Amino acid sequence: MITQALFRALDKKAIWIVAILLAVAIAVPLSNLMLPDGHPLRLPNYAVPLFGKYLTFAMLALALDLVWGYCGILSLGHGAFFAIGGYAMGMYLMRQIGTRGVYANPVLPDFMVFLNWKELPWYWYGMDNFWIAMLMVVLVPGLLAFVFGFLAFRSRVTGVYLSIITQAMTYALLLAFFRNDMGFGGNNGLTDFKDILGQSISAPTTRAALFAASAIALALAVLACSMIVNSKLGKVMVAVRDAESRTRFLGYRVEYVKLFAFVVSAVIAGIAGALYVPQVGIINPSEFDPANSIEVVIWTAVGGRGTIVGPIIGGILVNVGKSYFTGAFPEYWLFALGALFVVVTLFMPKGIVGLIGQYRRATTKREQHDRTASAEAEAGIEPTNQPKPAE
Amino acid sequence: MNAINLFRTIALFLALMLGATPAAQAQVADAELTVLVDALAPGNFKDREAAIGTLAATGDQRAVPVLEVLLEGELYVDEASGKVVMTAEPGGKGAITDPVTGAELPALTTAGLDKVKVNNGLRRVLRTAIGQMTLLSPDADVRLLAAQSILRDADPAQSKLLDSAIAAETDAAIRRVMEQARAAIVLRSPDAALADWQAAVPVVQAIGGRDAINALTTALNTAPAEVKPLIETALQGLSRDRAVWDVAQNIWFGISLGSVLLLAAIGLAITFGVMGVINMAHGEMVMLGAYTTFVVQEVIRQNAPGLFDWSLAIALPLAFAVTALVGVAIERGIIRFLYGRPLETLLATWGLSLIIQQAVQRIFTANIREVGNPTWMSGSFDLGGLAITWNRFYIVIFAMMVFVALLLVLKYTAIGLHMRAVTQNRRMASAMGIRTPLVDAMTFGLGSGIAGLAGVALSQIGNVSPNLGQGYIIDSFMVVVFGGVGNLWGTLVGALTLGVANKFIEPYFGAVLGKIIILVLIILFIQRRPRGLFALKGRSIEA
Repeated sequence: MITQALFRALDKKAIWIVAILLAVAIAVPLSNLMLPDGHPLRLPNYAVPLFGKYLTFAMLALALDLVWGYCGILSLGHGAFFAIGGYAMGMYLMRQIGTRGVYANPVLPDFMVFLNWKELPWYWYGMDNFWIAMLMVVLVPGLLAFVFGFLAFRSRVTGVYLSIITQAMTYALLLAFFRNDMGFGGNNGLTDFKDILGQSISAPTTRAALFAASAIALALAVLACSMIVNSKLGKVMVAVRDAESRTRFLGYRVEYVKLFAFVVSAVIAGIAGALYVPQVGIINPSEFDPANSIEVVIWTAVGGRGTIVGPIIGGILVNVGKSYFTGAFPEYWLFALGALFVVVTLFMPKGIVGLIGQYRRATTKREQHDRTASAEAEAGIEPTNQPKPAE
Repeated sequence: MNAINLFRTIALFLALMLGATPAAQAQVADAELTVLVDALAPGNFKDREAAIGTLAATGDQRAVPVLEVLLEGELYVDEASGKVVMTAEPGGKGAITDPVTGAELPALTTAGLDKVKVNNGLRRVLRTAIGQMTLLSPDADVRLLAAQSILRDADPAQSKLLDSAIAAETDAAIRRVMEQARAAIVLRSPDAALADWQAAVPVVQAIGGRDAINALTTALNTAPAEVKPLIETALQGLSRDRAVWDVAQNIWFGISLGSVLLLAAIGLAITFGVMGVINMAHGEMVMLGAYTTFVVQEVIRQNAPGLFDWSLAIALPLAFAVTALVGVAIERGIIRFLYGRPLETLLATWGLSLIIQQAVQRIFTANIREVGNPTWMSGSFDLGGLAITWNRFYIVIFAMMVFVALLLVLKYTAIGLHMRAVTQNRRMASAMGIRTPLVDAMTFGLGSGIAGLAGVALSQIGNVSPNLGQGYIIDSFMVVVFGGVGNLWGTLVGALTLGVANKFIEPYFGAVLGKIIILVLIILFIQRRPRGLFALKGRSIEA
């Protein structure tokens, strides 16, 4: 049955995405490590973690797409799951510093010594073990999403209300993580990492490995999402998005469908966060900022929601644009971002993927007047993909 | 010279002992006063003490600042001419002025100045002299200030002076403060008579507040054994009062915060109620209103400083107009294309909020701008044990006025009727001939305009910066979500509840944790009542 699902999931587009991601996972580290300095095809050292960061953002956008694009739940708090995954990874990396910290305390991270703490808080136990930490990366965001989603979906909090309380959730977490007595480093967060799995975190080989891990994780996330959306459950998700009440009247347990999507999405976001932290070298409470979570929404919207490839394109494109803008015209970045929100919602509700589909449809229409229907299928844009308000 | 000094000393003591300075307006000629002031410089400390006495004996209020400056050790003498002078800046720098007339003396240089020295003995004499001059001043305000200052310091050395002042005092309110000051002094003098102690305790208790608690607590150690039970009962009574006033204060702070939230949220509530649209740029409307106030004040400062007290009255309609126009522009330009897609509207308005913030930052820079309070809004007044600042007080009043005005608009005007109709059932309203697009534009303009008014109010209690609105937007959402939409009373109850709850939780858990608790409570509350406290009912709601 699994193979069957996998086979269905591996439609033509998903295969392409996974293949490209795997190729990138091999090519980028090879180009960085094997080619000599100054070779035109060699990727400079700084670019590897930068591109790795884009991939984790793309993964976060994909996670959001699963709930928003396919299930109609606009979460304005997905940055929180990303940040929690990041904090779990950060805690592991913090424990790996050991006696190399400023205060050379073998157990306590520097900020705890600084705050005059005598022992490790209970929730830090076991975080020096990589596998326990990885378990937490998956478990904590998943659990938070489960509890939050269970409460929210059971009492049928929908639409804007749900968006607002997800925003309140990430805002509350932002405030909480700013507090020093939370035991997560307060304002400064967790940083000054040294090792991951015994390898120096700044070594080019480690960075290349982290990049490859990000690309593979993204490929796996694409597989998982594509499997879900192509399954029967995926069809119900789309039904919930397009007409929630009707789906409920047909006998489906809408709240469980939503809860499933929400939890899976949170877990993917958490993994993305865990991959993000070692590549940028810091995690601090500003990742919980509601503004960050809204930005993720725009990545997804730019690429095209309700598609698998859309959020990946959007996440990478917008962030490359952001890196360029904040470097070249720092004062215009927010103008550009704001304009992006307005333009995308007004003129390209289906994002870049939708535009490409439109264009392809238009050209094929001109070429083959009588075979429009099949061309549409080829472009892969089904009319049902268009989100409508629930009726 | 000695004979004259002796005479002066005697005069001083007589004056002090008898409280003999006439309470009638005492004013001596400039020349005479100048001679007396100049006499402060020469000779030793003893001579100076005598000179101070003579000066104080004139009762001329112009001598008070001179003595105060001398007390701070900032009075100077020109070495060449022997003239006593003051300087504009401490440390003998800045412009040199005549202490009597206040006129600048450009002929003198700071290099030729020498400090008029004071020692501890002289400082005591000075304090007494200043206290005497001010306590016995013909000006009631000066007397009150002097009495309050003695009450604060409770210096036993002032006790005799105070007695003579109380005897001469005609104003009951000032005499009460003086008596309280004397009682406070008694509490500081362990060797005072038992009867004095017993009389002093209730007087100090009547002062109330933390000052009285502190004074009585310190007195508990030094008091005679007989008085101690009395003091303990007084302290118990005081801390009970304190607890009551603390609750009252929390409620007041809560109402104050609640009214700010109400102002920020009420515009949001009506746009959400009528159009089902969450306007993420609402906070930026508040910010634009605050900047309008800033601009109005700048223009007034440069062109008509006399109008400054009217700046808010001028800024209110302007802020409303500016933000309402921006609001209508947003509705016509963007939101009407996104009907039936509330989530997209949310995103588009968020993008707008980024653009507006950045634009304001480009125009006004990211610096924090300070907007001044008109004189009638600065300062505070006491209500029992509460110190209420005027600006907070007026904002509460203003919020209530806006609320009532909005209520009246919704209830008694045509546009209000249309807005309510569209809120209840858009299609039916449209079928009845209401031009819903016009109503939408008007609603959005009205909601934004009220946000602008909120901005004027907020500029009075904080600084103005491009991200001013961001600080309020999430709280405003919480108010709307908590109170429910389509009903202004829901917003009112929501805002005040959140404000008061916040201020009650804050003392126990701190501001940040308090806010987190409130957010979690709201998230839980939403599970119970997904459409808020005052939810609209009916078929049209599940659209």
